[in-house]
Order: sequence, then C-alpha cells, then structure tokens
Amino acid sequence: MKTILYIVQKEFKQIFRNKAMLPLIFVLPLIQLIILSNAATFEIKNIKFSYIDNDNTSFSRALIAKFEASTYFNVITDFPSEKIANSAMLKGDIDVILEIPSYFERDLLKNKKINLAVIINAIDGAAAGVENVYINQIIRSFNKNAQANLMQPSDFINKPKSITSITSFWYNKTLNYKTFMVPGILVLLVTMITLFLSGMNIVREKEIGTLEQMNVTPIKKYQFIIGKLFPFWVLGMLLLTIGLIIARVLFNVPMVGSLGLMYLYTSIYILVILGMGLFISNYTDTQQQAMFISWFFIVIFILMSGLFTPIESMPQWAQFLTEFNPIKFYVEIMRMVMLKGSGFVDILPQFIKTLVYAVVMNGLAVWSYKKTN
Amino acid sequence: MKDNNVIQAKNLTKKFGDFTAVNSITFEVKKGEIFGFLGANGAGKTTAMKMLIGISIPTSGKAQVAGFDIFTNPEDIKKNIGYMSQKFALYDDLTVKENITFFGGIYGLSKEQIKKKRNQLVEELGLKEIVNELVGSLPLGWKQKLAFSVALLHNPKIIFLDEPTGGVDPITRRQFWEMIYKTANSGTTVFVTTHYMDEAEYCDRVSIMVDGKIEALDTPKKLKEQFKVTSMNDVFLKLARG
Amino acid sequence: MKRFIGFIKKEFYHIFRDRRSLFILFGMPVAQIMLFGFAITNEINNVDIAILDKSKDITTQEIINKISSSTYFTIEQLITSEAEIETMFKKGKIKAVLIFEKDFSKNLIKKNNASIQIITDATDPNTANTISNYTNSILQKYQQKVNKSIEIPYQIVPQSRMMYNPELKSVFMFVPGVMTIILMLVSAMMTSISITKEKELGTMEILLVSPLEPFQVIIGKVVPYIFLSIINAIVIVLLSIFIFKMPVQGSLFLLGVESVIFIINALSLGILISTISATQQTAMMISLMGLMLPVILLSGFIFPINSMPEILQVISNVIPATWYIIILKGIMLKGVGLAVIWKETLVLVAMTVFFIVLSIKKYKIRLE
Repeated sequence: MKTILYIVQKEFKQIFRNKAMLPLIFVLPLIQLIILSNAATFEIKNIKFSYIDNDNTSFSRALIAKFEASTYFNVITDFPSEKIANSAMLKGDIDVILEIPSYFERDLLKNKKINLAVIINAIDGAAAGVENVYINQIIRSFNKNAQANLMQPSDFINKPKSITSITSFWYNKTLNYKTFMVPGILVLLVTMITLFLSGMNIVREKEIGTLEQMNVTPIKKYQFIIGKLFPFWVLGMLLLTIGLIIARVLFNVPMVGSLGLMYLYTSIYILVILGMGLFISNYTDTQQQAMFISWFFIVIFILMSGLFTPIESMPQWAQFLTEFNPIKFYVEIMRMVMLKGSGFVDILPQFIKTLVYAVVMNGLAVWSYKKTN
Repeated sequence: MKDNNVIQAKNLTKKFGDFTAVNSITFEVKKGEIFGFLGANGAGKTTAMKMLIGISIPTSGKAQVAGFDIFTNPEDIKKNIGYMSQKFALYDDLTVKENITFFGGIYGLSKEQIKKKRNQLVEELGLKEIVNELVGSLPLGWKQKLAFSVALLHNPKIIFLDEPTGGVDPITRRQFWEMIYKTANSGTTVFVTTHYMDEAEYCDRVSIMVDGKIEALDTPKKLKEQFKVTSMNDVFLKLARG
Repeated sequence: MKRFIGFIKKEFYHIFRDRRSLFILFGMPVAQIMLFGFAITNEINNVDIAILDKSKDITTQEIINKISSSTYFTIEQLITSEAEIETMFKKGKIKAVLIFEKDFSKNLIKKNNASIQIITDATDPNTANTISNYTNSILQKYQQKVNKSIEIPYQIVPQSRMMYNPELKSVFMFVPGVMTIILMLVSAMMTSISITKEKELGTMEILLVSPLEPFQVIIGKVVPYIFLSIINAIVIVLLSIFIFKMPVQGSLFLLGVESVIFIINALSLGILISTISATQQTAMMISLMGLMLPVILLSGFIFPINSMPEILQVISNVIPATWYIIILKGIMLKGVGLAVIWKETLVLVAMTVFFIVLSIKKYKIRLE
C-alpha cells in the first residue's frame, strides 16, 4: 500500500512539473469544449438561397419575401438565367435555386397547376433533405394563403380532410443543439486525454529506461500499475468537473439528473480507458507507436459512438459492434442522466456492461504487463 | 551450492529466434567479490546480466542469485539485489532528494530509515548544495554516483552494475571505483560489466565473454600470466583474435 | 547529394521497419472509408418509436401501417397510457411517441379534421425535428390519398432536383473530409513527432553537426511522409470510386496537384509544431488538440459551416483544411476545373507559403 503511495506521489510531481504539458492537458481541452460545442450542430441555418424570377409580379415577389423572412435561408441574390445560376452553384456561391416560371400569377389565377423548379446542392445529402422540407413548408404555406384568398364559397362544398399534428419537444424545448453536443464533447475530451496520457506515459518510461529499473525492484505488478494509473484517474475526474461547470455556466446545459450518478459512472468508465491505455503500452515500444495505435482505435470508437451520427441509422452489424464500444455507453449515459434525469435503474444495463469491460480490460492489461520477459 | 557463492550459473543460455546471444555459460561469484563481467560490445554481457537480475527468462540452463532460483523466484532475487543500468535510470524530472525518497520507499524502507540514509548519502557524496536540484540538471559524474548510491539504499547482498562508467572523465571514474571498493569491503558483492579493459585490473576476478561464450575466467594476475601479456587489454586482444 | 539521399533512405527504413505504425498508417484510411461508407451516416433511419392509439379504428390502423412500413421508423411498442412515456424516454428505449386522439375516424369524417400528437425526445434536436418532418410527410401523403377525389384548386407544386448527389448518399460528403483528415494526420502529426523524437533522444544534434545542411535534414525527414500521404490519398480515392461508386467528375490531375499542395501545407504545419515542442508527447498533444480536433469540427467535414456562429465561421476560414475540402468537393462531385476554384487554390497556396516561411524562420531561430 505504501509503495503505491510513493509511486502516486512521484507521478503527480512529474505531471505538474511538466510545464509544457499542463496547459495542454487542462486549458486546451476546455477551450476546445467551448469552441467546438458552438460549432458542432446539424441545425440547418443561413442556407445560401438564390432565385430566378421570370414573372416579376407582386405575387412572385411575395413568395420571395417569405424566404427572406425565414431564418433558415439567406437570400443572397437573384439570377437572370438558369445557366448563370448553375455556374454560381458550381462555384459554391449559392446552394439553392428557386425558379419562378413566367406567368406565375396569371396561370395560378387561371387555376392551372404550377410547377416551381427547385435546385438544391445535395453534396451533404442529409442537409439537402432537410432544406427540401423547409422549402416545401414555405411554399405550402404560401400556397394555402393564396388558396384562402382565391377560393370561392362554392369551392367549399367538398372540403378537404386534414390531419393536424402537434409536435412537442421534451427535455430540450428550444431544440438547442449545444445542449445535445456539450455532454458528448465532454465525454470525448475526458476519454482522449486519459487514454493518450496513460498510454504514452508508460511507453515513455520504456523508451527512457526507467521502466527497466522499476522491473528490477521487488515492487509488485499491481502496485506499479495502480500507482501509475491512479493520477490519470484523478485527472479525468478533474476534467469532468471543470467540464461540467463550463457546461452549466457557459452553455446552460440542464443538469436534470443526479451528479453523483454521473461521477460514479465516470469513475468506472475512466478505468476502462486507462486499462486500454495500459494494454496498448504493453505492446508498443515507442511513444510514436503508442500514440498511433491509440489514435486509430479512438477514431473508430468515436465515429461509432453515436456522438456525431445516430447509431440507429447504422446497419445491423455495425450496431452490434457498438455494443463493444465503451464510448458509446458513456455518451448515452451522460446525455440520458444530464438531460433527461435518468436514474440508476434506467442506466443499469449500460452500467453493468461498462463494469464488465473495466474488469476485463484491466485484467488483460495487468496480465499482459510482464516484469520478466 | 557452496555457502559463500552468491551467484551460481550453469549452462545458462539465451536465444532470440535463431540467434544465440548467451551460449551455455557456467560460473560462480563469491560473497564480497568484485566480479568483472567483461567482453566486447555485443558479446552478450547485458543479456546475461538481465537474466541474473530477473527481467529476462533464460532459454535453458540454471542459475541461482542470492540463494534464489532465477526461474522460480525472480521476485525474491529482486529484494536482495541492487541495479544500476547503463542509462543510470534516475528520474530526470525529480530532485535528488525526491529520487532517494522514492527508491527508498519502493524498496520498503520506513520513513525514518529513508531519512537516515538520505542524510548519510548527502553527507558522503557532498550533495548538500544540490539536494533540491532536478537530477536532469546534474553533470554526468554526479548522476552516476547518485545512481550507484540509490541502488545500495536497501543494503542488497549483490549490486549489479551495467557499464557504469560510460562517458565519464578518468578522475570521476577513479572516484567511482573507490566507492565500489568501499562497498565490496563492507560485504556487498559487486557484479560489474564493462568494456573498459583497464577497469578489469580493479576486479578480484574477471570473466571475458566472446560471442556469447565465456572464453576466460580467473583473476587478472593469473590471466596475464596465462596469456603472457602485461595488461588486461592485451589479454582481451589475444582472446578476441582467436 | 549522395549524403542527402542516404539520409532519406535511413528515414524510409525507420518508417518501414516500424511494422505496427505502418499497419496503422495504411490501415486507418481504409478502415475509416469503410466505416463512413457502410456504417456512418447522418441520415435518420430506424428510429424507435411508440404508438398510443386512443381510437383503434380503421383509419388509425391504416396510418400506423404506413408508419411501420416506412424505413424511417421502427415501432418498438404499443403503449396504453401517457404515464409510460416518461419511463420509456428515460430508459432511452424510444425517441418519440405518436398519440392518436379518441374518435379519430369519426372526427375526420364529421369534422374534416383529426389530430395527432407527436411527442419527441428532443435531447437530440436533429432527430426530433426529423421525426416530426417524416411523420408529417407520411400524414401529408395520407391526406393526399384521402382527398384524391377532391380537386383542390390553385395548387403550387415544387419540383426538387438534387444536384451532384442525386441519391443523397452521405458517403459522398464524407470522403473529402476523410481524405483531409488522413493527410493531416500523416503529414502534420507524424512529421512533427518524427522530428521531435530526434530532438528528445538527442540525435538531432548529431544530425545538425553532420555535413548535412539543416534544411536538408528537415526535407529528408519530411520526404517519406509526402510519399506515404500520396499513397494514402490514392488508396482513398480508389476505394471511393470502386466500392462506393463515388464519381470523380473533374480532372484527376488537378486533384493530384491540389492534394500535393495540401500535403506540403500540412507538412509545414508539422514542422512548425516540432519547433515549439520539446518532447514527442507535447508534439502529439498539440497536433491532436490544436490541429486535428478543430479540423474535424470546423472545416465543414461533418458540420455545415453555415450553421456555425459568426466567429467560428471566421476561424473556419483560417483553417487550410476548409479550403481543401471545398476544392475536393468541387473537383470530385461538381466536376469543376481550375477556372472555378482558382480562388480557393490561391488561398491554399498562400497559406502554404506562409507556413513554410514561418517554419523556416522559427527553425533558424532555434538553431541559433
């Protein structure tokens, strides 16, 4: 026990003496949290909108006015022809072209069905889909207005049937994307820092030669490992704390659920990550390798964690694989506990899985650490 | 096993794939001896030593160090030996005081014992001025002496030194060997590898390894007689030439 | 010159002998492309929802059938009361509940109007919004069907055409981003670590004392990574073309040239990082936190730049990767040539020159 304390003491001294790393460990991630939570959104806004008005009546201008009034669209300019408009889209100046045909007002009054051509830059397929929905909504609303003004009482004999839908948004009424992303990015940062630091740390001792020195002492494997990893566990929890404060104070992220539960889960989750770091460092000889391999796995895990893209949208085999991804559980749990107030019972399945991973991962790591080889 | 043999090796071998680094070496080291383990670079000295200190498993053969078998009880060996590696592995980013405290603690010394030893060390080596300096900022000679002393903190039976005087000036080397003599006189066995043949003169007995085998094992005096030369350097040259 | 070639050879040996790193260097782009192509998508599909049907008549059944047959939704459960909703949300079992009012059919026939409540778990606003949109579009289609006999006058019908990516494949958007990230990783991060390693181990001084000029040392260190980056870029493009049928509408040659410019850009960034790092750990952390993460999040790789706050859009313009991604999308998906993207190319070249000059200056200072 005392041996572990000696190692922990030494590790802390070394971490805090490393003047170059300190800001990188604390300041930089938190700056990232602040900046990136503002950037990470799938919300569609400020769409670069353009139009070709071949009609040029107050009617057609009224339609354009609706787009100008919408917060989704920025009406950039109008074009005289489709050719010029298309070339502007090629350049990336605009992403949507609405073409109003000539005789728009006249034909509508004559009760002819009008087709409005809409051209959308669909490189971002999902965004294009959403843009399309918004455009349709605006046109439909314009249409309904026009119909209300134009329709005679006689038209009302056979009233169309309508289904009204009312949508309510629970837990995030304002559809604030930051509320959704901040817990996720916090998870990301805690994970990355603890993984990289713990992994590289042991390999560094290998590279310098102090690890060999350690192996010649009678110190037991478990003492060494616990002593080495404990400071990083503390670091992770510290990062979590600062991150939570920023989330609350800067982003007004609701903290509906139990803080204690968040800390409890995080304490076990960090063990999984530390185990991974240790395991990787046992099989690498240089810091470069360790960093590289860690990076490889982290990127894959992050992509498959549901942090940026939904897991339900993945094919079945991929969804199955995510069951082995601890980051996925952490993201889920932080979001559920923070934003919905989920309790211990609600997150029990994920909790147990993470616990199992912590045991397995660390077991593997300790087993694969050889004082004698 | 004879009572005053602290190290006993029989047909100790280490292979890496097809390459045999240590080829069936047999030797003993007596208590309190200064035993020089010599050989050119790449002859297999370090590999052999790694087996004796319990961080490398032999491919075949037997050995006992400090009364414990290197196959079955490496951890017990470690309690009774000290080690100073080629790289002097002290922590560059800890102070002299912190390094001493740390290694003392690792070897299970109590707080009082550590304090006593620390003060003793500081006195003996004249480190009072620099006790709170980072080891990384010390000149090579100081690091070397400090590493040696740290390896002795827990009063081990044997101390293993792997090329301890690499890159140090002759005066410091001399001082270092005086420390080694003192240690041996107090009953600690010193097992030292080196490729400086003149240091061989300081040892009680030496062995010379060539390509993984021990080609000579005796006191420096007898070896010089055997090969009819006047320096250990020449003994080695004669051996190496074949 | 011979010495220089010898030095470059040594650098190559270093890299190729490190089997583990090599495996990752080549395996990573492949793995990422595969993931992005087959698993990662920002479309919304298979959302688990629950249905609370207070009417249980033919109409509601018909609508529910339409919903269950759509790929957007998976009906996880039919619940019987509002009380169950909260628990199911908290357990994360469902993302939305559709509540059909009582007497749905009757209301539709007699009052010409019936209502549905869509209660969404809006922790993920995007999904919530999309669920609402999808549901409404299904309802829309149903309404159209019901009202088929009624000719609604004065109809304006939008006809949408999706340009450059008619099937709305999400992989098309991701490939340029993945390429950028991989090139950044190999060129910037690996280079900075490689140079810093020599510093940390002390061998850099040996190199500097050798007959090699300092700039030869740097170039020599960097050349292997140029080579590796180019191979990676080619692998990614080939994979995208053959496995995902992603077109390269524009000139492959132009693609190559722009990529080389970007690689040099990333390399000079790597060199710059190495001048301010004393240890490999520092170099890595700076590359990761200072380079990689902002690039992933601010370059338009996944998140649309338009949707970011003003300040971040400005920062995004300072990142070389942003411009490179625009160029890539332009060449690969829009098929444009230099005439269209000359502006972006110029920006990229200017940034590259700037970084090169800066890193040379910093390097000279360090040497003194």
